[in-house]
Amino acid sequence: MLKLKVNNKDIEIEEGLTVLQACEKAGVEIPRFCYHEKLSIAGNCRMCLVEIEKSPKPVASCAMPAAEGMNIKTNTNFVEKSRKGVMEFLLANHPLDCPVCDQGGECDLQDQSLFYGVDKSRYKENKRAVPEKNMGPLIKTQMTRCIHCTRCIRFATEIAGVPELGAIGRGEDMQITTYLEKSMVSELSANVVDLCPVGALTSKPYVFEARPWELKKTESIDVMDAIGSNIRVDTYGWEVKRILPRINEDINEEWISDKTRHACDGLLNQRLDTPFIKYNKKFDKASWKEVNNIIKGKVQETSSDKICGLTGDLTNMETLFIFKEFFNKCLNSKNLESRNDHVYINPEKRENYLFNSNINGIEESDFIFIIGSNPRYEATILNARIRKAYLNNKTKIVSLNNVGDLTYPYDFLKGKTEDIKEIIEDKHPLSNIIKESKKPLIMLGQSVLASNSGKYIFESIKYFLKKNGKINNEWNSLNIISENASTVGSLDLGIFQTNDGSNEVLSNLENHKYELVFLLGRDNLGFKKKNEFIIYQGSHGDKGAEIADIILPGSAYTEQDGYFTNLEGKLQKAYKASYPPGDAKEDWKIINDLAEVINNKKLFKNKEELESSLLNNLNLMCEKNISKESTDLKDLIFKNEEIKINNIDYYYSNSIARASKTMFKCRNEKVKLEATGTED
Amino acid sequence: MLRDEDRIFKNLYNDIGSDLNSAKKRGDWSNTKELCDKGREWIISEIKSSELRGRGGAGFPTGLKWSFAPKEVGSRPHYLVINADESEPGTCKDRDILRFEPHKLIEGCLISSYAVNAHKCYIYIRGEYFNEGQKLQKAIDEAYKSNFLGKDACGTGWDLDIYIHYGAGAYICGEETALLESLEGKKGQPRLKPPFPALIGLYGCPTIINNVETIAVVPSILRRGAKWFASLGKPKNTGTKIYCISGNVNSPCNVEEEMGIPLKDLIETHAGGVIGGWENLKAVIPGGSSMPLLPKRICDTIKMDFDSLIAEKSGLGTAGIVVINNDQDIIKCMARIARFYKHESCGQCTPCREGSGWMWRMLERMAIGEASRDEVNMLMDVTKQIEGHTICAFGEGSAWPVQGLLRHFKKEVEKRNNFNPLINTKKKIPYLIDQHLLEKKNA
Amino acid sequence: MSIKKICKEQPERFEFDVKNLEKAKKIITNYPEGKQQSAVMALLYLAQSQNENWIPLAAMKYIGKFLNIPYIKVYEVATFYTMYNLLPVGKNFIQVCTTTPCMIRGAQKIVDACKEKISNNENELSENKNCSWVEVECLGACVNGPMMQINNDYFEDLDKEKTLKILDQILKGGSPKPGSYRGRVNSEPENNRKTLLDTRNA
Ligand SMILES: Cc1cc2nc3c(=O)[nH]c(=O)nc-3n(C[C@H](O)[C@H](O)[C@H](O)COP(=O)(O)O)c2cc1C
Ligand code: SF4
Ligand code: FES
Repeated sequence: MLKLKVNNKDIEIEEGLTVLQACEKAGVEIPRFCYHEKLSIAGNCRMCLVEIEKSPKPVASCAMPAAEGMNIKTNTNFVEKSRKGVMEFLLANHPLDCPVCDQGGECDLQDQSLFYGVDKSRYKENKRAVPEKNMGPLIKTQMTRCIHCTRCIRFATEIAGVPELGAIGRGEDMQITTYLEKSMVSELSANVVDLCPVGALTSKPYVFEARPWELKKTESIDVMDAIGSNIRVDTYGWEVKRILPRINEDINEEWISDKTRHACDGLLNQRLDTPFIKYNKKFDKASWKEVNNIIKGKVQETSSDKICGLTGDLTNMETLFIFKEFFNKCLNSKNLESRNDHVYINPEKRENYLFNSNINGIEESDFIFIIGSNPRYEATILNARIRKAYLNNKTKIVSLNNVGDLTYPYDFLKGKTEDIKEIIEDKHPLSNIIKESKKPLIMLGQSVLASNSGKYIFESIKYFLKKNGKINNEWNSLNIISENASTVGSLDLGIFQTNDGSNEVLSNLENHKYELVFLLGRDNLGFKKKNEFIIYQGSHGDKGAEIADIILPGSAYTEQDGYFTNLEGKLQKAYKASYPPGDAKEDWKIINDLAEVINNKKLFKNKEELESSLLNNLNLMCEKNISKESTDLKDLIFKNEEIKINNIDYYYSNSIARASKTMFKCRNEKVKLEATGTED
Repeated sequence: MLRDEDRIFKNLYNDIGSDLNSAKKRGDWSNTKELCDKGREWIISEIKSSELRGRGGAGFPTGLKWSFAPKEVGSRPHYLVINADESEPGTCKDRDILRFEPHKLIEGCLISSYAVNAHKCYIYIRGEYFNEGQKLQKAIDEAYKSNFLGKDACGTGWDLDIYIHYGAGAYICGEETALLESLEGKKGQPRLKPPFPALIGLYGCPTIINNVETIAVVPSILRRGAKWFASLGKPKNTGTKIYCISGNVNSPCNVEEEMGIPLKDLIETHAGGVIGGWENLKAVIPGGSSMPLLPKRICDTIKMDFDSLIAEKSGLGTAGIVVINNDQDIIKCMARIARFYKHESCGQCTPCREGSGWMWRMLERMAIGEASRDEVNMLMDVTKQIEGHTICAFGEGSAWPVQGLLRHFKKEVEKRNNFNPLINTKKKIPYLIDQHLLEKKNA
Repeated sequence: MSIKKICKEQPERFEFDVKNLEKAKKIITNYPEGKQQSAVMALLYLAQSQNENWIPLAAMKYIGKFLNIPYIKVYEVATFYTMYNLLPVGKNFIQVCTTTPCMIRGAQKIVDACKEKISNNENELSENKNCSWVEVECLGACVNGPMMQINNDYFEDLDKEKTLKILDQILKGGSPKPGSYRGRVNSEPENNRKTLLDTRNA
């Protein structure tokens, strides 16, 4: 602990902090532009100057280590004069075009200039004009406003791991740019917009859409992947205007992926806003009453073992739960499934499908082994954490496959199941590395679980880790990377049918054993329809709606409250920020109303009842979880094969993203860059 | 005048050749091993008691600097880096050492490396000094051939390799941490201090950085004794110094002289006097462009050493003396220096990036009388807003010459720029119109 | 320093020739292992000398790959330092120092001479295409000012007449002698030497 003074107040702080952090501890705010907690220290804006006794010059507090006995002063004339001086320089060449700047209202420069701005600019020379740069479909540039804080460069190099931004030239002519103005190849690129303290980098899709103070802000949870990034949804009237990150140090810190941020313009595209019925291969608009009655008829004429239900990737847990109740109580069917492929699951214990080490745990790990996954595309934010761990601790990282650039260096094996066999049989160099590692982190991705060897690999790896004490009360090294927002929630609620881990409902469906198929937001399904009667409930006219006979217009994640469980097993709630369009309804309500038509009785009186029932149920499921463990290594069949990593169409991975113009542009840009080859 | 036998750089004008043999004749490399045998402690304490101060501009005591390097080599190697970036306008002394006395520098590198535990020494030469670099390389090759460098260099038991690294046109790379960045293959943007290079320098390793002249005088000091060196000049300002006298003198030249020699002596004896006579003197920049100029009144008596010049709010800097006589327009001279700083700012921190251009533009206008009365004081404000607010001393370097001008020639500037900042002046110069007054209806 | 312009017409490819490849590999060994980025400045020089005194984009990429550093880092370096030419310049590249010490000794006249003989504007090729000139900051030869640098050589103690003569020779493909043009020895005080007289006369 260090003892020092801030404005004559004694404080005690831990060692290793900067003067700026010490001041914050003392409750004294320090203005800053270049300093950012999550980035390296640049100390170049000079706004954070403070006075330190015995130092003749003012000191940049962000870069100065706090030391025992320092007497820091932030409220003297000396300090104010210094900061005013810096402010005048910052404004000297700044265009002062706040009225037409998208940063207006949330600009650090604008805010600070209220405190430190001189009321008139004394700079009479011609102002510098800097040409705009092309940084791709997400980032709009107005480089004349740039104050050269280099936050964006540091973000790209440090966090995103794509050193593509730089400052070229020097002196007053220095300019921030990408190499030859290519767009940034990163799934995190748009975070620079949040980081830019001025309006130099703003959101291209959001240009002049609204002023911050006109927006309603709703704190919520993202559904573009299984991370559960914390977000804020800004709406203007009924329209979602933009999505911003919220800080959650345990999950997304303060970053979100480009998809999380920018797929939101897909929310109003391709929307299903009224029920439809297919006649002669054409969809006709219909009323809720009509469609519900047709469904009632269909249900009554179909035997319950010929009915199945498949749930989607973006479906909230209330809806999943009522859907299950609906199947059990109204349809007498248990043919429910949430998986869209033949992914192996062992549902006996919850740990079998969670990311058990937690995202924070990545930073504690001393060895990371990625099996059958490309975390950069499957779990972007988690991947950024791996990079952080690598940067901070030089964590050793190995992947079974060569999956291309992950933004950090890693070694890779041959991508064969043989590698795994050797490891668990102690015949591979990695066997010892894992054994000797204190906190190894083994990640299994969907690609490997969906392969023929899914069962073999999962069970044998788990066996190996258990045997070597790597699954214990302090540290569970077994980690599954789920790809979708609903995956873990569905498994928690038991939306699957299996004896041996295989996907029975899907097999039956593919063998056309069902007559009535209920798709609840289930779009990513590679299924060729024959004579099945298909009911699709969902928000977008996407793959599921295409093959439907009846369409029930539902709500997107921003239009209803709903729980999601992220890949670590954390339960979080997304909140309603806007309304479903037209006749569309909240998803749970559609099912509840349908139940009433079929059974003359609603399943739940209201949302509150559903919610408390859901939460009770979840608790019960978790208790059940303390069951025995049964897999025997002897039962496992080894097959020598190569594991292929699913090629993820990152910007097109779900129905909302596919409806988004911005995602379309990003995807095109990437295709273009791949075609021209960024490498040469 | 310094006696010839007290001069360290006997081949300053290349009268006798710069090759190894000629150098040996001048005494270089004569007992290097014996000097090193006396041990690091002795070397450092000898340099300390010689009171040698860095010749690169800041005048930091060299022995003290060396003692900051960790005593023992830990997991990280130590480096010695020689600053031969010489780009300060008015300065061209290191150039002559590089081309005519390279062996003094190389021998100095060996002894200093030994003293600070470095096995590798980089010499950072400004890119424009390509020929000088080649000459130095030739001397290094000679030294390797004679086993004065490399394994067990000169029989000292110490291994040393010397590499030359060329700059590419950036004054800022003379600043020691910018130099390190440049050596690492980056833009030359100064680093934040702390940490200081003596602990975390090149590649994150302990690094001692010294000017060419500083290192080149080390062997002579050790050979002839700290006492001898300290007997020249005055306490804390000891030894000899190469002065570069340029500008309006009859015989501009480099000359090695005693510290503390009166400026007037220096100019009159060695540089053939001011063009047009001493009375025609306007001002002198005493220590390279960064040091505030001195008007004739002070030049009459000032002595050329660190402390005397500081007392006059200037500095010895690199001892690059620029003599300006009455035929010159002093404002123009300073505007040109301001342009230099605007051109050379690295652009990293706000005050320097934005302020250097601002000062230059104002001075250009002041030189032609297109600035309003209030702007003279504003210019002073701007220099004060830069000074002390930047990462490196470039900020001071750019602000001081302007402050010097305003300190001593404010009247002259004001006389030339003496109209009201009102829009109703007859002059049609757009930037004279004070935008803020425009807003007031009756202006 | 305004931002450097990039040449519109760029060669498709760049590769070190055999000699420079050798040199480049040797230069990298000057620096500790893993610190090959340090060689970027020297390699840019090699590229510049191989490519008629200017650096094409292809060379920056080539060097980026060669040293395994991001292109933008090479680009930053190439635009930060003044001595890298990103536009074609004359085979004889003339740099005139106009900073104060040279300025007060008449550097403007040297500039005038360049304008007269080579081209009206900086960075413009002479009529016969073998020369271009540019104003630069202090070249570190102040006691020998005014002066200029032609490629690697310093021409010192100039005046307008002498400069014109030198430029004439250069334009005709000649190679005038570098050094002082007032016949003095290096940086000694002309006609006023009072020191080291023994060595001079030795
Ligand atoms: C802007 C700036 C430019 C500098 N240029 C040089 C230079 O060209 N040569 C030099 O030796 N020192 C230069 N210095 C001083 C160095 O930072 C450093 O103090 C010096 O190399 C230390 O060596 P010394 O102790 O032997 O003087 C410069 C400093 C600043 C702030
Ligand atoms: S663009 Fe914005 S973030 Fe980047 S350096 Fe400029 S002001 Fe900073
Ligand atoms: S916040 Fe400290 S210098 Fe920018």
